[in-house]
Amino acid sequence: MTMTRRELLGAVGMTAGSAAMYYAMASLGHAQDSTYQGRISLTGEPTNGRRVLVLGAGLAGMTAALELRDAGYDVQVLEYREKAGGRCWTLRSGDTYTDIDGVTQNVDFEDGNYINPGPWRIPYNHHGVLDYCKRLGVRLEPFIQKNHNAYLHRSDAFGGEPQRFRHVATDYRGHVAELLAKATNQGMLDAEVTEADRETLINSLRTFGHLNDDNAYVESDRTSQYRGYAREAGGGRDGAPVPSEPMDFETLLQSDLWRWLSEAETTSHQNAIFQPVGGMDMIAQAFAREVDDLITYNARVISMIQNGDTVTVQYEDRENGGDPVEMTADWCVCTIPFSILGQMDHNLPSAKAQVVDTMYYEGAIKFGLEFNRRFWEEDDSIYGGITYTDLPISLISYPSTDYFSDGKGVLLGGYVWGANAYQFNAMQPDEAVRWAVEYGSRIHPQYPEEFSSGVCVSWHKVPWTLGCYGIWQDKERDYAGVVEMGPDDRIVLAGEHLSYLPAWMEGAILSSLDAIAQLHVRATDSGAGE
Amino acid sequence: MISKTTTLVAGVAIAMTGLAAIAQEPDQDGTSEFRTFDPVAGELLNFAGSGDLAQTGGEAVYGAVCAGCHMPDGAGAQGAGVYPSLVENDLLAAPSYPIYLILEGQGAMPPLGGIMDDQQVADVVNYIRSSFGNDFNGEWGEATAEDVGETRQ
Repeated sequence: MTMTRRELLGAVGMTAGSAAMYYAMASLGHAQDSTYQGRISLTGEPTNGRRVLVLGAGLAGMTAALELRDAGYDVQVLEYREKAGGRCWTLRSGDTYTDIDGVTQNVDFEDGNYINPGPWRIPYNHHGVLDYCKRLGVRLEPFIQKNHNAYLHRSDAFGGEPQRFRHVATDYRGHVAELLAKATNQGMLDAEVTEADRETLINSLRTFGHLNDDNAYVESDRTSQYRGYAREAGGGRDGAPVPSEPMDFETLLQSDLWRWLSEAETTSHQNAIFQPVGGMDMIAQAFAREVDDLITYNARVISMIQNGDTVTVQYEDRENGGDPVEMTADWCVCTIPFSILGQMDHNLPSAKAQVVDTMYYEGAIKFGLEFNRRFWEEDDSIYGGITYTDLPISLISYPSTDYFSDGKGVLLGGYVWGANAYQFNAMQPDEAVRWAVEYGSRIHPQYPEEFSSGVCVSWHKVPWTLGCYGIWQDKERDYAGVVEMGPDDRIVLAGEHLSYLPAWMEGAILSSLDAIAQLHVRATDSGAGE
Repeated sequence: MISKTTTLVAGVAIAMTGLAAIAQEPDQDGTSEFRTFDPVAGELLNFAGSGDLAQTGGEAVYGAVCAGCHMPDGAGAQGAGVYPSLVENDLLAAPSYPIYLILEGQGAMPPLGGIMDDQQVADVVNYIRSSFGNDFNGEWGEATAEDVGETRQ
């Protein structure tokens, strides 16, 4: 294969560009390291009013409640649902979930099996979440993000046959290294690389891409150590391994499978990455153990009015009905998603109200599919990790826990955004699950035989959020004005939507900590002069 | 309060137990790549677009996307907040308002102009303005793809 320098750089650039675009979508905006500074310190007496109402018992709300109560405030929390946690949520055997249109799904999983409809992993650099897990005794285990033995799949590549990640990754790297070595030796990169560096570059490409002495990426014992052998090494008779043949570069390039190669390499997905043992809501349960006595459940907030020195909130008791209940406090931390807040009676300053009204909520759907046995482990040697596909399910994630166990296992059978998510959202759960099983069966033919039961959560149908996470119309312009507690404000806003880590639990916690730090300044003498 | 308490649990159970049996049926037309069920004609349009909607015509577009929140009968839904009812809704009288909302999004509703072309938006606008007890297309005129295109700019 011959390639001009322009073509070579173009190909690499195209790859990087496409991948970068994809990550921008997949990582939900700017995936930055957390700015968590350690346990918050709220010193000083709240002499300017100690009554705080927290609206919402998700992670943002419970963080605020826990820390403010510890700092000496009288805290009360109002929560729409019958339990705490918000989107930090796990569905397990015996649970029921009712969509906004009244359709109830009974989760019929085997004991111990679960699905996290919302957040499902905690990057090592989400220091806030990890610190609260440590403080509150939440046990964590590794989440397998990258598995070289999982699959990459496109319907129109390799006849629809899924390809092992290690084959695609090793061959793509090897072929690119070979091309670059060739270009260097042919003098095509002379303008870019000094003569002294050229040899070093070639040597590095041999190491990086597993090239032979002629700088070629070929079938060999060495390349097979990375991509796998055609016959693996054994003992006794037939013990010698048989090398495998790499895919040719043109086929690989055209397959488009390379688009997922860097998926696990953003700092939000690199190793180490964690999950709570037993389900994500172990974090919610741990917070609730601390602040449960402060929470009023089944409380649908209908108004939030600040007037000079106080905040007055009205809520409906969803369980017992009756007239709205009114509560008054000195301060309020409102973590209600803007999709809901925008429909409430409130008197936030107009600049904030404008953003509340114009923020929209993205849809997403997740499927939890239980199978009679762990065929992905037993038949395919896949232990945790993620298979990516261009099918409407987008991915299949294998459980990062209870490996080698007998009995049933639950897959994340799809995690979908965009046009496909909207179409799934318009289906009833049984219909959507039927499609998820169909698509998954094209990657794992064991699906139809082994399928046991399934649930799906489409976030636009979740009654207490009306969507997955908030998206700003103009974040750069509006962000500072919304997250700042103004001099006349008695209300401060918090939640994932008020962070640069949208949809991540870390964003909710960091937003909450910043909100209560501002509130505390106002409520103590340190803010008296402001 | 959740206003409706319909449950489809029985339906889910029936659909699930049927799966394995259906999968063992021989492939009926010999060419379908479907393994676990035989989709009917309209269903094949589900997910047929790559990043956009393959359905055309107002009713099909409504059913494929809008019905998820506004419900198949247009009645909307209520949770902690509401999805507005489209039934006999005077806000739909002039086409410009629903066109704008579909393109720009608002509140829980995401912008949908990225997955629908101008004709699909116009068709679904005219569909909701002439369904669910609404009859605005005659008096107020129908939305056109050109109207949608101008709103996009």
